[in-house]
Amino acid sequence: MPEISRDEVAHLATLARIDLSDAELDHLAPQLSVILESVASINGVAGDDVPPTSHAIPLTNVFREDVVVPGLTAEEALSGAPAVEEQRFSVPRILGEEA
Amino acid sequence: MTASTTAALMPFDDVLAAYDPALGLEVHVELNTASKMFCGCPAVFGGEPNAGTCPTCLGLPGAMPVVNGKAVESAIRIGLALNCEIAEWCRFARKNYFYPDMPKNFQTSQYDEPIAFDGWMDVTVPTEGGGDETFRVEIERAHMEEDTGKSLHVGGATGRIHGADHSLVDYNRAGIPLIEIVTRPILGAGERAPEVAKAYVSQLRELIVALGVSEARMDQGNLRADVNLSLSPKGSGVLGTRTETKNVNSFRSVERAVRFEMQRHAAILSGGGSILQETRHWHEDTGITTSGREKSDAEDYRYFPEPDLVPVAPSREWVEELRGTLPENPTARRARLQAEWGFSDLEMRDTVGAGALGLVEETIAAGTTPQAARKWWLGELARRSNEDGVDLADLPITPADVARIQALVDDKTVNDKLARQVFEGVLAGEGTPDEVVEKRGLAVVSDDGALGAAVDNAIAANPDVAEKIRDGKVAAAGALIGAVMKEMRGQADAGRVRELILEKLA
Repeated sequence: MPEISRDEVAHLATLARIDLSDAELDHLAPQLSVILESVASINGVAGDDVPPTSHAIPLTNVFREDVVVPGLTAEEALSGAPAVEEQRFSVPRILGEEA
Repeated sequence: MTASTTAALMPFDDVLAAYDPALGLEVHVELNTASKMFCGCPAVFGGEPNAGTCPTCLGLPGAMPVVNGKAVESAIRIGLALNCEIAEWCRFARKNYFYPDMPKNFQTSQYDEPIAFDGWMDVTVPTEGGGDETFRVEIERAHMEEDTGKSLHVGGATGRIHGADHSLVDYNRAGIPLIEIVTRPILGAGERAPEVAKAYVSQLRELIVALGVSEARMDQGNLRADVNLSLSPKGSGVLGTRTETKNVNSFRSVERAVRFEMQRHAAILSGGGSILQETRHWHEDTGITTSGREKSDAEDYRYFPEPDLVPVAPSREWVEELRGTLPENPTARRARLQAEWGFSDLEMRDTVGAGALGLVEETIAAGTTPQAARKWWLGELARRSNEDGVDLADLPITPADVARIQALVDDKTVNDKLARQVFEGVLAGEGTPDEVVEKRGLAVVSDDGALGAAVDNAIAANPDVAEKIRDGKVAAAGALIGAVMKEMRGQADAGRVRELILEKLA
């Protein structure tokens, strides 16, 4: 049975930039395990003759013509931003990483 | 986090005595499609910030990407030109990371199913003995992905992220199609490793230009190279820990970065230290690398197949059709051009080595003779490119400008000496060659009125020389021509001056 450890949940939380307290980790780790187990039941149904797939519909090569279509104005693009400066999205200081 | 900026270096010859370098190059090519990779926004960076965006490239909820067919076509053509296999079926994948340059919190890329794989490119490196050496660079893969937004860091001393209060992001570039081309480790280059790296990037650029799939300007960021390097104790065959140097934005910097990292690694290893697997940043001005972020488990991209895009399965008919559109291979092209231009082996090698093959070809196409085109690109312009530390292709002058300047020499509007001033003006951004001639007043004078007066002055000032010429000593005319040229500040048609002197003293 698939199981996700408390350490793995803590690692994923770090990657996802979610700050979880010890109490929250204790609470969430078993819940995530239950979810994984539920989804894993599909493995039992699919036989060896059913290849893994990432898409429900067997389509390939859905392409767009290389033409420019109007998008948003800068004003519209920035309308949902919490902070704007010099017509750009203003984001908090990025610590400990390089551009 | 901030690394020391001074690193101990081992002399290059000592490095080679003790270690074998292993090189790897990752080159990102920004395609010149009209629209972005997954949406219809213009694939043009710059312009009004955030005016080239839409819900898809901004990662807004519910927006659905659709693949740009032209970008797939360009990717396949690049793969074929690099002698790669083209995948019969492949998918896009999400590369998950949190960084504000990708508003989706993932970059749509390809992971274990690249569109092109298992190729090679033969790279020619000139040898000191005057011959050519060919290195076969194996291509591991070429895959499709999208570019990121552009961040400005505010509040830091140097515009860098360290010490910045906050950052400002422009997403016009986010979603522009990129092809990432990854080599297998290049082994056995030894002392030639820096040159092989430079030659690979330079000849790859030549190929991309010939394919017409990208503007391919390194200084504009259309073509970006990351240099992976590791050292192994000589003869051991065991690959060492590698560093990845980013932000290497010219051919010459590729060469310098490889050399620098070889010397830095060797100094650490010989002192009993170990190499930290990390990203390093190249500094063009100081010619050194400094530590960037360490590769650790913080860099866990959790790739998974992109559910919003269906697989790409190029039919074999399409692949063969695209194979038919490929330009001739670089070796055959070089041989053909050398024959057409009548260049000696040495002239050809210098032209290729300077990265001037395409530039010379375009200049000739614009109406210049092969020798004149070669003379300017490998003479005046190569000198400027060395002085300014930029690649020839990145100098602010076009092959059409060079052809025009030669035409001005041919029709005697300027002489060779004045032509150099025209080059100077064009490079300084003073306008087209004709505008520079106009603004700087460089045109030579062949008008008999103005020249005649100057000739009369020269004769009057040098009666003894004039007498010799009258006596038939025509060779003495040189002294008078010199005097006239001096008075005319070099802007006289020397041939016409000579004729006038001989006429007047006949």
